[in-house]
Amino acid sequence: MNETVHQEKISPTNGRSSTGKGLRTEEMVINMGPQHPSTHGVLRLEIVVDGEIIREVIPHLGYLHRCFEKHCEYMINYQQVVPYVDRLDYVASMNNEHAFVVAAERLLNIEIPERVHYIRIIMAELQRIASHLIAIGTFGIDMGAFTPFLHAFRDREKILDLFEMTCGARLLYNYMMIGGLSHDLPPQFIEKTKQFCVEFKQTLKEIDDLLNYNEIFIKRTANVGILPKDVAVNYACSGPMLRGSGVDWDLRRDDPYTLYDRFEWDVCIGKGENGTVGDVWNRHMVRQREMEQSVKIIEQAIVNIPEGDVKKAVPKRIRPVPGEIYSRTESPRGELGFYIVATDSLTPYRVKGRSPGFVNLSVINEISRGAMIADLVAIIGSTDIVLGEVDR
Amino acid sequence: MELINSILENTITQNVLNALVPLIFVLLYALVTLYMEMKLAAHMQDRVAYMHNGWHGTLQPFADMLKLLQKEDIIPSAANKILFVMAPYVVFVGTYASFAVLPFSSAYIGSSIDLGIFYLVAVSSLVVVGLLMSGWASNNKWSLFGSFRSAAQVISYEIPSVLAILAVVMIVGTMSLQGITEYQSGGIWNWLIFGGRLALWKKLLSIPFMIVLFIIYLVASMAEVNRTPFDLPEAESELVQGYNTEYSGMKFAIFYLAEYANLFIVSAVVVVLFFGGWSSPFGDFLNGPVWNAIWFITKGMLFVAINIWMRWTLPRIRVDQLMYVSWKVLTPFALFCVIVLGLLLVL
Amino acid sequence: MTPQEIHDIIKSQFGEIILEAKLENVPDPSIKIQPEKIKEVSLFLRDDERTQFDVLMCLSGVDYKGKLGVTYNLFSMTLKHKITVKVEAPTETPNIPSVESVWKTANWHEREAFDMYGIHFEGHPDLRRILMPYDWEGYPLRKDYETPEFYNGMRVPY
Repeated sequence: MNETVHQEKISPTNGRSSTGKGLRTEEMVINMGPQHPSTHGVLRLEIVVDGEIIREVIPHLGYLHRCFEKHCEYMINYQQVVPYVDRLDYVASMNNEHAFVVAAERLLNIEIPERVHYIRIIMAELQRIASHLIAIGTFGIDMGAFTPFLHAFRDREKILDLFEMTCGARLLYNYMMIGGLSHDLPPQFIEKTKQFCVEFKQTLKEIDDLLNYNEIFIKRTANVGILPKDVAVNYACSGPMLRGSGVDWDLRRDDPYTLYDRFEWDVCIGKGENGTVGDVWNRHMVRQREMEQSVKIIEQAIVNIPEGDVKKAVPKRIRPVPGEIYSRTESPRGELGFYIVATDSLTPYRVKGRSPGFVNLSVINEISRGAMIADLVAIIGSTDIVLGEVDR
Repeated sequence: MELINSILENTITQNVLNALVPLIFVLLYALVTLYMEMKLAAHMQDRVAYMHNGWHGTLQPFADMLKLLQKEDIIPSAANKILFVMAPYVVFVGTYASFAVLPFSSAYIGSSIDLGIFYLVAVSSLVVVGLLMSGWASNNKWSLFGSFRSAAQVISYEIPSVLAILAVVMIVGTMSLQGITEYQSGGIWNWLIFGGRLALWKKLLSIPFMIVLFIIYLVASMAEVNRTPFDLPEAESELVQGYNTEYSGMKFAIFYLAEYANLFIVSAVVVVLFFGGWSSPFGDFLNGPVWNAIWFITKGMLFVAINIWMRWTLPRIRVDQLMYVSWKVLTPFALFCVIVLGLLLVL
Repeated sequence: MTPQEIHDIIKSQFGEIILEAKLENVPDPSIKIQPEKIKEVSLFLRDDERTQFDVLMCLSGVDYKGKLGVTYNLFSMTLKHKITVKVEAPTETPNIPSVESVWKTANWHEREAFDMYGIHFEGHPDLRRILMPYDWEGYPLRKDYETPEFYNGMRVPY
């Protein structure tokens, strides 16, 4: 990225020459969104462009603000927050539920059976794969490749079938309860999951061939939207966004919750095989490789899953000790944290969702200055935002 | 009877009838290609596409067309109405006029003018004017982006494609498309991709250059018809829908039709320039006016299918890469090939 | 580094600015400090060799009825320790220095706290509403907030 472009302070109103001399070009302000095919929902970006070159990106959020935090303060009890949490990141609901129930259990000091932990991990990892499939598929669409998207969705469908089998829902599950789960695993679940893991490895290869190592795709994504390490940390980016920049960091390993420390798997970071570490391609590849690791975790979990009663530890009445907690888990998009303030009442006093999308998106102006409009699309795609959690 | 005969023999009537043939062809072809594209794309993507209307969904294109006909025709209030309405027709005229010189068969060509290929290149550039009009008239910044990109793209890619055409014209010595086709008749070995009717050693030497020129023309033609990987003007994920964002109903259908028709034209030109046009690959076997038409359309559709295949496989390239490919890769290579072939012909 | 040690470091560096500390028997140990010192403390905690809090995990506004609080959840990636820093300001004059220059991520979090609680972050470069419409009136997450009857002529309660 051009250094001078980086430092220039541009106001949207005064047009200036792009070359400094010669032909004078006017800057133009364009609205990208809220209805735009590649803002992944209702994100609105006000972009200042000089021809195709982006000078400034000003995000405007809130088009999908559904007052999640206000709603939480009006719940009858903590369990009722879970279905709302589902709707934050609606393509990774299981991970959201997981994050919230882990936070609530830590706040309430509930010990839960091992079987519940295992099932939750299986669900969370399956959901991670499903979510990454969407991310990779839609990223392909952003780059103009439509076919990988459908291949990805074919396999996501299989995961949704597994979820449907377990809890009857395909998108918003309301499956995890504080202290347990709403249903135990159905009889054929283990077998079908095993089968899925085997079949899925083929799809990974397919996506590699079709998209990830395609010459045009690499040309489009390598060296675009480079997010340096220190900037990523300063902006508190997390998940694939952070790992794509080469920071070896995963909450599942470095700040373990539930039983993640029992499994053997690797944290994938951007290695810079193509382009620079921290660019769009490396961020994208982190997701691709993470799916392999998730399969690894699932395979270990379904072999070792212990017996037990999934509802044993579910409390009849959830009455917390007054206090506050910030608990975080690794969702497909990064660090999903819940800050909960509890009083002695049955309803939460304050719930704040620290959504990874919100935080990751805040870096967008920093990394897309000087890029082209097509690059901005790539950057948004690789940030993998879901407006449900950005706007909450 | 007398009256009918006199009307039929009138030159004006004959010209009108003559001109109607491509129109009917374009309409039928668009339906077939629509169906083909959807089916090919679907099978590449592990799905089956339309299955319900008619056998394997064969009636779906008609339904799609009916839908487009019935849709409300919206003209944005801030649009420049005259230009907005004119634009799709200008685009279609540019495309349709090209059909005049396409040699469908040894017996049928709309107008066998000597400057056939020259006329074709000139007329198809008219499309750019239409696209610019639509982008400007829509009063939408994304549309404007689309039409500017499209103008830049079509004009840039005209150069390598014209250079490829120039090489062929140099070998054949005529610009008439009918002439170029006739030059290649008499079997697959006479096709220009294999050097045409040059002396054997020249022929063998020219084959690699002809193949390179063929690839250059194929790539350039894909760019000229704005299809993926060169569909930047209507890049859905970047520019919403590019120049035709604001169009709906019949006007959109005309853009669509023009795009498909254009696709056939460039495929047909590839066929005429390198693959013998309407001539049969087996010399006199399966030859004759009707067979000629069948060969021509089959070959054309084959290249249409290749275009579709590319579209559903490759991602889109970026604006600067697009310009790079045209000016720094295709144009120098084409120039080099033209020079070498020129030397070969002089020797 | 344990929360107690972090507490002691802040105490030795800044003197008596710690108003309250909950360090034992709580899920997240927290330190409450004077609001006007938050920026200096943040900068110190980020840059000091012993603490190195390079990540601001979360910044949340809280309404404690009569007071507005801001909670900073800090984390150090290199040393892997956490601390929660809290500040409180009266609801009438909720002025708290911005830590945007310390951690860039605070930019949007502070905008959100401003949006929802009306906390005024002094020195924030771009303190606008972020989730609510720019012309919304009132601060929705305050405990005494009442939903307006109309917004731009549209009925709000349904």
